[in-house]
Amino acid sequence: MTRDKADAANRPDGRTAAESEPGSLRLVATLAIAGLLSGVAIIGIFEVTLETITANRARELREAVFKVLPGVELMQKLIYKENKLIATNEQEQDELPIYGGYDSEGQFIGYAIPGEGPGFQDTIKILYGYKADTRKIVGMEVLDSRETPGLGDKIYKDASFVANFTNLSVEPEIIAVKKGKKSAPNEIDAITGATISSKAIVKIINNTNQIWLSNLPEPGQEPELLVVEEESAADTGRGE
Amino acid sequence: MAKDQNQNYEEFVKGLWRDNPVFVQVLGMCPMLAVTNSAINALTMGLATFFVLVGSSFLVSSLKQFIPKQVRISSFIIIIATFVTVIDYTLLALMPKVHKELGAFIPLIVANCMILGRQEAFASRNTVKLAVMDAMGMASGFMIALFTLGAIREILGDGALFGVKLFGDNFEPWIIMILPPGGFLTLGLILLCFNWFTVRKQQFLEKVAAAERSGA
Repeated sequence: MTRDKADAANRPDGRTAAESEPGSLRLVATLAIAGLLSGVAIIGIFEVTLETITANRARELREAVFKVLPGVELMQKLIYKENKLIATNEQEQDELPIYGGYDSEGQFIGYAIPGEGPGFQDTIKILYGYKADTRKIVGMEVLDSRETPGLGDKIYKDASFVANFTNLSVEPEIIAVKKGKKSAPNEIDAITGATISSKAIVKIINNTNQIWLSNLPEPGQEPELLVVEEESAADTGRGE
Repeated sequence: MAKDQNQNYEEFVKGLWRDNPVFVQVLGMCPMLAVTNSAINALTMGLATFFVLVGSSFLVSSLKQFIPKQVRISSFIIIIATFVTVIDYTLLALMPKVHKELGAFIPLIVANCMILGRQEAFASRNTVKLAVMDAMGMASGFMIALFTLGAIREILGDGALFGVKLFGDNFEPWIIMILPPGGFLTLGLILLCFNWFTVRKQQFLEKVAAAERSGA
């Protein structure tokens, strides 16, 4: 640090006399050019990485859907529009999609529903698989969370907690109970030391269920898998 | 300035120990405490900072004639912010898992006062070569500090290093070490040791000097 001070002392004003009073035009021009170049650089890197980033996100989502709905081979985005759940492949803004899971013959298996809500530190985003015929949750995956490492992050690191959600009744609603006290099909064992995070997951699922379950069509009348062209089959399905 | 090679070396080495940005200058505390809960996070943050610091120092020292001094700080920030955005997108594309962990802290590299400090104190007053050597030294020093903290906290708090378990199942992790207070505790203890060594070295040198004087 002493060296830096010495450096500063050598050139107290930092610039030579000729440059000491640049006009304001020059100052504006310098910053404008700097901003312009910076903008070009940022757009460049954005364009270059956009494809990989979108692909990564789509892959993560697809993997999550297949994980929360066992036996699913194909998925289809579903949106709620004009009081009906319809299948779509369009990119639409302001629409909350859920995902339908189908087996390799196109038979409907269940829904993968994304939900989010406040956790201990930040918003938790999850995806859970729901089967309408049995009215049960069959799997849960945390997509995004910032829970305390070593405690709250057990909501996705602790296999026994995640296993709570493989056969869970949603009626009347899910309740988190103390570890080992689970006695009813709608109860889960909370994580010791991470009660807030465990309850947060339960609350997210209950709230999301309230939004979606009454809007889902009768079992047997689910939207059908959109016929996909041969080339794009890999985009919606697991690929060959 | 007698030996060019010597000065380059000197600018590089000073950041590692004598002027270490964390242990001596106590700069860049925000990332230092926030992302060091595991060794891999600390190392990635160190690498990201390395890239940003070396890149900005290079640009700032090469463009120093073109930047009027009234707008120099704004220009430095534009340059730094551009590099940070580049590293942000690169990490997001190439290492999405690590990006998820570091998340909010990558954009905050812009506000790491160590980086702006090096531009103002060194890169804007020295040749490109010296500025790059200085930046590499400082960034390496920062990385060493981050890694030390991250490794200690992960070993004690999780019983692991780089995710590999070091102890048997009987080890009860000190959860507090990976929580924010653990960062303050570890940093405090490291600073204590660091200063203790520095003071001891000084006393030793003084003693040697005194002995030489009395001997002569």
